[in-house]
Amino acid sequence: MPPATGGGLAESELRPRRGRCGPQAARAAGRDVAAEAVARSPKRPAWGSRRFEAVGWWALLALVTLLSFATRFHRLDEPPHICWDETHFGKMGSYYINRTFFFDVHPPLGKMLIGLAGYLSGYDGTFLFQKPGDKYEHHSYMGMRGFCAFLGSWLVPFAYLTVLDLSKSLSAALLTAALLTFDTGCLTLSQYILLDPILMFFIMAAMLSMVKYNSCADRPFSAPWWFWLSLTGVSLAGALGVKFVGLFIILQVGLNTIADLWYLFGDLSLSLVTVGKHLTARVLCLIVLPLALYTATFAVHFMVLSKSGPGDGFFSSAFQARLSGNNLHNASIPEHLAYGSVITVKNLRMAIGYLHSHRHLYPEGIGARQQQVTTYLHKDYNNLWIIKKHNTNSDPLDPSFPVEFVRHGDIIRLEHKECPLKKIWRWEQKETSRNLHSHYHEAPMTRKHYQVTGYGINGTGDSNDFWRIEVVNRKFGNRIKVLRSRIRFIHLVTGCVLGSSGKVLPKWGWEQLEVTCTPYLKETLNSIWNVEDHINPKLPNISLDVLQPSFPEILLESHMVMIRGNSGLKPKDNEFTSKPWHWPINYQGLRFSGVNDTDFRVYLLGNPVVWWLNLLSIALYLLSGSIIAVAMQRGARLPAEVAGLSQVLLRGGGQVLLGWTLHYFPFFLMGRVLYFHHYFPAMLFSSMLTGILWDTLLRLCAWGLASWPLARGIHVAGILSLLLGTAYSFYLFHPLAYGMVGPLAQDPQSPMAGLRWLDSWDF
Amino acid sequence: MWGFLKRPVVVTADINLSLVALTGMGLLSRLWRLTYPRAVVFDEVYYGQYISFYMKQIFFLDDSGPPFGHMVLALGGGFDGNFLWNRIGAEYSSNVPVWSLRLLPALAGALSVPMAYQIVLELHFSHCAAMGAALLMLIENALITQSRLMLLESVLIFFNLLAVLSYLKFFNCQKHSPFSLSWWFWLTLTGVACSCAVGIKYMGVFTYVLVLGVAAVHAWHLLGDQTLSNVGADVQCCMRPACMGQMQMSQGVCVFCHLLARAVALLVIPVVLYLLFFYVHLILVFRSGPHDQIMSSAFQASLEGGLARITQGQPLEVAFGSQVTLRNVFGKPVPCWLHSHQDTYPMIYENGRGSSHQQQVTCYPFKDVNNWWIVKDPRRHQLVVSSPPRPVRHGDMVQLVHGMTTRSLNTHDVAAPLSPHSQEVSCYIDYNISMPAQNLWRLEIVNRGSDTDVWKTILSEVRFVHVNTSAVLKLSGAHLPDWGYRQLEIVGEKLSRGYHGSTVWNVEEHRYGASQEQRERERELHSPAQVDVSRNLSFMARFSELQWRMLALRSDDSEHKYSSSPLEWVTLDTNIAYWLHPRTSAQIHLLGNIVIWVSGSLALAIYALLSLWYLLRRRRNVHDLPQDAWLRWVLAGALCAGGWAVNYLPFFLMEKTLFLYHYLPALTFQILLLPVVLQHISDHLCRSQLQRSIFSALVVAWYSSACHVSNTLRPLTYGDKSLSPHELKALRWKDSWDILIRKH
Repeated sequence: MPPATGGGLAESELRPRRGRCGPQAARAAGRDVAAEAVARSPKRPAWGSRRFEAVGWWALLALVTLLSFATRFHRLDEPPHICWDETHFGKMGSYYINRTFFFDVHPPLGKMLIGLAGYLSGYDGTFLFQKPGDKYEHHSYMGMRGFCAFLGSWLVPFAYLTVLDLSKSLSAALLTAALLTFDTGCLTLSQYILLDPILMFFIMAAMLSMVKYNSCADRPFSAPWWFWLSLTGVSLAGALGVKFVGLFIILQVGLNTIADLWYLFGDLSLSLVTVGKHLTARVLCLIVLPLALYTATFAVHFMVLSKSGPGDGFFSSAFQARLSGNNLHNASIPEHLAYGSVITVKNLRMAIGYLHSHRHLYPEGIGARQQQVTTYLHKDYNNLWIIKKHNTNSDPLDPSFPVEFVRHGDIIRLEHKECPLKKIWRWEQKETSRNLHSHYHEAPMTRKHYQVTGYGINGTGDSNDFWRIEVVNRKFGNRIKVLRSRIRFIHLVTGCVLGSSGKVLPKWGWEQLEVTCTPYLKETLNSIWNVEDHINPKLPNISLDVLQPSFPEILLESHMVMIRGNSGLKPKDNEFTSKPWHWPINYQGLRFSGVNDTDFRVYLLGNPVVWWLNLLSIALYLLSGSIIAVAMQRGARLPAEVAGLSQVLLRGGGQVLLGWTLHYFPFFLMGRVLYFHHYFPAMLFSSMLTGILWDTLLRLCAWGLASWPLARGIHVAGILSLLLGTAYSFYLFHPLAYGMVGPLAQDPQSPMAGLRWLDSWDF
Repeated sequence: MWGFLKRPVVVTADINLSLVALTGMGLLSRLWRLTYPRAVVFDEVYYGQYISFYMKQIFFLDDSGPPFGHMVLALGGGFDGNFLWNRIGAEYSSNVPVWSLRLLPALAGALSVPMAYQIVLELHFSHCAAMGAALLMLIENALITQSRLMLLESVLIFFNLLAVLSYLKFFNCQKHSPFSLSWWFWLTLTGVACSCAVGIKYMGVFTYVLVLGVAAVHAWHLLGDQTLSNVGADVQCCMRPACMGQMQMSQGVCVFCHLLARAVALLVIPVVLYLLFFYVHLILVFRSGPHDQIMSSAFQASLEGGLARITQGQPLEVAFGSQVTLRNVFGKPVPCWLHSHQDTYPMIYENGRGSSHQQQVTCYPFKDVNNWWIVKDPRRHQLVVSSPPRPVRHGDMVQLVHGMTTRSLNTHDVAAPLSPHSQEVSCYIDYNISMPAQNLWRLEIVNRGSDTDVWKTILSEVRFVHVNTSAVLKLSGAHLPDWGYRQLEIVGEKLSRGYHGSTVWNVEEHRYGASQEQRERERELHSPAQVDVSRNLSFMARFSELQWRMLALRSDDSEHKYSSSPLEWVTLDTNIAYWLHPRTSAQIHLLGNIVIWVSGSLALAIYALLSLWYLLRRRRNVHDLPQDAWLRWVLAGALCAGGWAVNYLPFFLMEKTLFLYHYLPALTFQILLLPVVLQHISDHLCRSQLQRSIFSALVVAWYSSACHVSNTLRPLTYGDKSLSPHELKALRWKDSWDILIRKH
């Protein structure tokens, strides 16, 4: 009963009080709230004086930062073995140190920074990073971990400052800082060689500088304004340069900027020229600058990784020519395709490989029993083909004939080149060279396509061996360039296109990939090829450097490859996969290290108290936000202080909620494999929302009960209990992050006994 | 009371002759020679089989949309369902009532014409503009083709337009007579039309979302209307139908009533109707059929025939000594049962790893006597059910003995054949080589109720956790090589993370074992199960399972000759050949009127640019348009351009195979926008009378060209005329159009 009565009293008192304390309360929304909060904060003995206030402000910030660093760096060296994805990112850092080329689905900045940190801290790139659990031994790994932890530690002060700026309330900022400091998940994720701390660092930096430049809006074009604006741009480039998830924060900054410009445009006191200046400044700092930086990271990436390595096969032939150690590097071959040339033909789609044939036949019951044609990812003598005219079988390499170039639209035959090395031990049949052939039989795997075989004896076959060679997007009659021309082979009789379905053949096909002739004339990369190796003694060799792609081309290509790689990460049926709805409820964590009770176990799991509080806060926010919005739309006259607080809730909270939405909901649309740690950027925003919400609600509560003697205490007590509760829960759950040894949590002997609140947590 | 005696009875009717004429022309264009061609045309082959299923009342599952669409098609009726829908172009037999089956889609297509007229009128544009919209709908070849066949798009478009039209009618009522009879009627009709659209195809959701969005914005404005009271004293009044008539004035009606009425009509009614579709569907199709296998055992048992015939009368509670078949709940890649047979794992696999060489355990997708297992109590020896039966409970230790070979299910620390990270599961053979039997399993009932923890046939979903290693019995989804007869691999999953269907099993067939001797038992296993209990699933359980399976069913993205990407639609870069006459070159194509498609896209671009221009100017306080014209412009854009956007843009996110006909709903909204933009240009951008006249002349010229194009493409729309190869080549205006030319 008492609260209800209290509320009722407060309600009835609202109206008479409004007139009286309007002017004072009007200030409340401004900086004074913060000042007041400082004044009331138990850590601050001084009253009023601005200087002491400033000192206190800095002291609190220092305290928050210190605590964050202390928690992140505590026991950073444990466990001294590879944990979880360190095996990838550590390895990629080593690649930078060794300058060998590799392929990854994420942009390079994060791994480059890891590599740099390793290099500066004396790591020599010799550790293999083979699999999780391998001991580091004498290899120096602390530099890389320390770097990630360093960036991860800045998240807390950044969030603190952002919330402080949005809500002008120290207590809200403190609450946010505490939630993040004491969250075991953020802590764990910051302690290892991963991309996430780097990504989150840039995301939060972008958010902070965006908020800061918003609050400089009254002094446009001043030095701090420019500083924060360009810092936003730099952070955006950083975020996108680490992972494509950075697009979400770009979207948020973009929306904010559009709203901002819209507001300025509607301000009739500003001339159009001024608005134009605003627009230009933003285009410069938020589009041009980040793009330039982003491109620069790629330039550095390609410059550093100059040696051939495990990533070559993912890229086109022209691209590989750049890499020293690759057989295309510094090679010199004839530039234009001529009849009689010996060539290899590569599919343009990533990870399909070269057109290949071998003497094995298609098995009984699978199309015609003729020689198999497949694609093969490795370089091999069986990838060699001779290009011949369809109607003559004379040897075009006969020096008496003039060189005749193959042109777009020509009808050709592709004859499989007999393998010179293996000839010695081939006894069963006289080695014959077959023609690339197709006919109306269904392909082995893709039933709607036609089968492609090798047919004929010593190049004499039938009309089903004729193919029209076409260059994509070129005019008829053009010559065909090695490496650069994108060509298609159209089967003359059936009109189908030679392509690879990308499906793996069974054992009889040596698990190479299926080649088909597709009757659907679709523009897909599966049916587009290029000529890679080219041998023709009658033609002059030119250095491949001439053919090397330009920087924009390799930039574009690497993005295409990355995007395809990302969408290629599809979850399999019959596997347990993490679903986006699992994340906010902290349904299941990730094992970073160790499985059994004898292992040193680290388990990535959010502090359940923090996470469930966040979840509750989102619901509460939606409720209270819509109540306030409806009240305002109905034209309710709010007292000035309430109006100020609801502004904080709607604007500040709204921005943060937008951030959470943008960093969470797009995952529902993604088809790729998802992991729990994808939620952490959203979790940062969610914690900021919690800070703002509870502080505002407690203030509203205190205001509503103003007649009650202890009203002001409610706010302080509420914030304090939240702070202490979070800290205590961290005390309970800290072994998740700092490592557990001993029996699993099901066992009552375990130090974690009783803390396995959900059955799905396995620590 | 006797008033009619004093005054003469007068009936005055306003008949909008243009509306009548439009309807007539619409009917003519859509119904003309409807039975031609008397052969299966394109997707009729797909929808036709569902019509047959309805006629035979056989259960089916189709992931392309909720059942209402198929029901509408089947409503044509008069068909015994006996036709083999297997080939496009197959001649219909005489028992297929082609006319009545094609009638409903054609009627829906015909009625869309006058509805377009009405919508533009309700948007407060001129009669001329409204006529324009309707005439464009009338001559759009793609819409004509799609309406004349047993396909769903025209019905979907009909309900989309109906939803928009009735919302507009409702919105216009709102201004002068809220809570009047017609206000209620149009509001309810909006909800009904929305749910019908969703019921036809999931695509209908897009239009539903659009209507909801517009309604939400209008409701938000209503909230800001200070003249309306809050939850006032009038609550009872607006609830009581008696005083609806008097509620002419908007003053005094509470905001709350307005919001509540909208919520009921636009949220509650659609949900209820949607459920109703499924209810009717499940009542209609009660016999088991070819799609049974996808559903859970419990669902199958609720159908007549099929599994129900087998499981009818099975004992409910599984007891020690029960003989059971165990079906994997996940059922992917194929539904299958736990199986074992005499053959053993090969001693050495092809990749050189070794196995235990014990008896194979697999998952087998067909019914077989080797699927039978006996649940044995580890503490006793007998394999029969004691009397009274001792039911197995959650947490009990059990052994699973394979019925035909009497070996028990076993797993041990040997890598599985195809998934080396998991344990091999075998039926234990004692080779006397220090490899002990580890055949104890703990039973976990996943969906046990709070009150009971007994293992029930069909209903209980159980996991088997290995006692020694805590591995979980799991279907890995991989096919074994030839030595395993290409059956599916079963493994013991060591790191079981959370719930996943592939680790969960349910008992399908069940009987209490009675024979102690192996011979007798084998005979018993071969005989069908008996005894008597019957059970039924509730409607909600059946609905939620069916709905879930429909959404989860992922048809592998099969390539299709005529599939296309959304980008090709806007410029009509693609077409679909629907049908080709078996002898002549008469053919039907889904091919739009290119003039309309291109000008529709242009109109959209003009609308977007003009709106942006006006918005920027208004922001700088320059009002080019009078307020009412501006509001009209915005509302028309929100519904027409918005309708186009919501029906088109989501396709870019979809991964399934897409066809040109997916664009037709978006196209209708574009057609509605076209006259709106034209009238706007004439009214507001043409400065002088002369300009206006010139513009009108241009519009007339443009429309006649559209008519001309429509007429030229007519042979491909109706397929009634066989063209010569030369004429066909002349029709191939774009290289990407695929027009069939016979080689003779």
